[in-house]
Amino acid sequence: MALLQISEPGQTTAPHEHRLAVGIDLGTTNSLVATVRSGMAKTLPDASGRHLLPSVVHYRAHQEPEVGEAALAAAAEDPLNTIASVKRLMGRGLVDVKRLGELLPYEFAAGDTGMPRLRTVSGERSPVEVSAEILKHLKQRAEATLGGALVGAVITVPAYFDEAQRQATKDAATVAGLTVLRLLNEPTAAAVAYGLDQQAEGVFAIYDLGGGTFDISILRLSQGVFEVLATAGDSALGGDDMDHAIADWMWTQAGLSQHNDRHAQRRLLRDARAAKEALTDADSHSVNVTRPDGSVWTGMLDRSTLQALVDPLIERTLAPTRRALKDAGLRPSDIQEVVLVGGSTRMPRVRNQVATYFGKNPLTNIDPDKVVAIGAAIQADILAGNKPDAEMLLLDVIPLSLGLEIMGGMVEKIIPRNSTIPTTRAQEFTTFKDGQTAMAIHVLQGERELVTDCRSLARFELRNIPPMVAGAARIRVTFQVDADGLLSVMAREETTGVAAHIEVKPSYGLTDAEIERMLRDSISHADADMVARQLREQQVEAERVLEAVQAALQSDGERFLSADERARIESSMAALRTARAGSVASVIKQAIHDVDQATRDFAMRRMDAGVRAALAGHRLDEFRS
Amino acid sequence: MQADLGKNYFELFGLPMSYDIDLTDLSSRYRELQRRFHPDRYAAALESERRLSVQMTAQINAAYQTLRDRVARGRYLLSLKGVHTDEDTDTRMDPAFLMEQMELREALDDARGASDREARCAALLEQVDQRLDSKTAQLQQHFSTGSEPALQAARELVREMQFLQKLTHEIEMLD
Repeated sequence: MALLQISEPGQTTAPHEHRLAVGIDLGTTNSLVATVRSGMAKTLPDASGRHLLPSVVHYRAHQEPEVGEAALAAAAEDPLNTIASVKRLMGRGLVDVKRLGELLPYEFAAGDTGMPRLRTVSGERSPVEVSAEILKHLKQRAEATLGGALVGAVITVPAYFDEAQRQATKDAATVAGLTVLRLLNEPTAAAVAYGLDQQAEGVFAIYDLGGGTFDISILRLSQGVFEVLATAGDSALGGDDMDHAIADWMWTQAGLSQHNDRHAQRRLLRDARAAKEALTDADSHSVNVTRPDGSVWTGMLDRSTLQALVDPLIERTLAPTRRALKDAGLRPSDIQEVVLVGGSTRMPRVRNQVATYFGKNPLTNIDPDKVVAIGAAIQADILAGNKPDAEMLLLDVIPLSLGLEIMGGMVEKIIPRNSTIPTTRAQEFTTFKDGQTAMAIHVLQGERELVTDCRSLARFELRNIPPMVAGAARIRVTFQVDADGLLSVMAREETTGVAAHIEVKPSYGLTDAEIERMLRDSISHADADMVARQLREQQVEAERVLEAVQAALQSDGERFLSADERARIESSMAALRTARAGSVASVIKQAIHDVDQATRDFAMRRMDAGVRAALAGHRLDEFRS
Repeated sequence: MQADLGKNYFELFGLPMSYDIDLTDLSSRYRELQRRFHPDRYAAALESERRLSVQMTAQINAAYQTLRDRVARGRYLLSLKGVHTDEDTDTRMDPAFLMEQMELREALDDARGASDREARCAALLEQVDQRLDSKTAQLQQHFSTGSEPALQAARELVREMQFLQKLTHEIEMLD
């Protein structure tokens, strides 16, 4: 007698093709792409065997831009058209960028949306487009290596990236023609790579100091569940700042005061970085500066001088570290292991200071450059549906509180920082004037009490509130943060049902039309390619939907569906198969929608059964306290 | 579309409607629920199931936040029993409690500019924490009695604990 095959709801039993998905670490200095093949997560090298792609783009007149090593080589000769460390500009407004201005050897033009644009020989480029070039390069590398089209990518972002920076990263992926399976926090990705490798359990601190960002995350690992307890950081602090500190020191030592020569600045930064790296092993390193008059200053940079230069920067990482521990309700001694991530943690001084703070030696046994991409690849493999029975689960948090402006220029927090995502919170507000018919809603992110100290994310208006006496209207504002950490906000007047809804697009972010244009620009023979791309995307999605429904029918069809209901679902599937064989993306999209409609009740019953099963999983005697 | 998540947070976690909660047990139940309903588990599922799983996960997170916090749990349990704490509208408090609050706040103000700020903050935090502990114990008592006067007393306690919790937060911000 054949046994009934019963599977968990939501988990497919049907075998399917391995879907190609990658993890991408889009770094300030270097970027990597990794994938899971034959159960192993590995970073993918280029044709010359190099895994790290320098995050540098060199724009040229009437030619495709160069990315990576070639671009890096051009940096000293053609600094204005060679964009490095673009991650520091992601999601930033012109004002923020001006503050970084002296550090960055580029020329900026104001964009229509307040997003900074870089002047290059091939036109003005936004940071999103520059990042997209890097992503496109990695996508091509992966597709060439794996021999097929990617279904999507998990892209990592610093845990401390705010809403605008996350959105900008997602936009860059769209422009690069990549489907984002998830934006994953870098320390969490590192924890995955590390934790799965070591079969670890307990509370861990991930100290991630990269080229331009610092993150600290406190996680609890328990039976494959990675629960982020708290995260903090500084999204404008990293190895770049150390290079600048060293460069400034060299310049001063050479007896020079101002430096506005971009060529000299680039060379100086390159030499400063080389000196910093050399001092990882050596005790001192010879440096020189060519003065504008052609004379040369030569001197020695030793470890104690380097320490004096970088200590204030390392100290700046400890304040967020203390805050994260406090938010998690823990002391340094409660941390079982400290994991170091990011190229800047190679510095002996950094390791030393971290060890002193936590009172234990940090772990460095996975390559700090690769660990994030590897973790992202593992998550991508799961989200692509390749590992339906995976034990691993990531529970991440939002790094900064989200709130609304209230009377007096104050911020009312709706979702506090370190809330686990996805999350939904609602709060009710009321009108303060008789007959008020509209309400302005100003969405903010940050920890401070005053609107002026927080980052403004979006403004919108709820109109057509019927006139009532002050305080009679009940306006419910709902914040929803998805698993990527991205926010959407909805406002609704409860007594009449008047509603307004927005996906938050930060004021200095890109509009959908701009992204569409960039996407077109980035593809030669735009129109034909766009159509082909959309068709392929819908075909892939149709395939996924058909597989999912098939698997659900197979495991639960008998249990939850009448013959009629099942027939209706099957006929919608047949229609989808016909549509998929055709060549019109919108027809396939409609057919997918129809299958979704036909399976709603079925899905609901399966979920309800899941809830009942979850509750039944606890024995009755557990209920006696 | 809304899945049936049980009537309340306690049911969702398979727990009796009681103030006494074993936090270790709560967090293991939380992980179990997440393991079952998190959107990542529905990567290959029906579209509607994926939407439902996002809703459920948000609810599981909200429930966990409420149940693991001693003040939020008390407020929530009272609301299930039809007693509302009305922090926004009802500002009457026991005068003795208010006096004590004023003293604590003065101590906090003094600490702000003091040279031994850290030590003062730590001592103050300790004091507030002790008060919260003792009120938690009383609250437990009232909930287990469960009579109407006991619930009214519980309401006052939750309102006072809300004050103390806010103070804790302010001390930590200063530190």
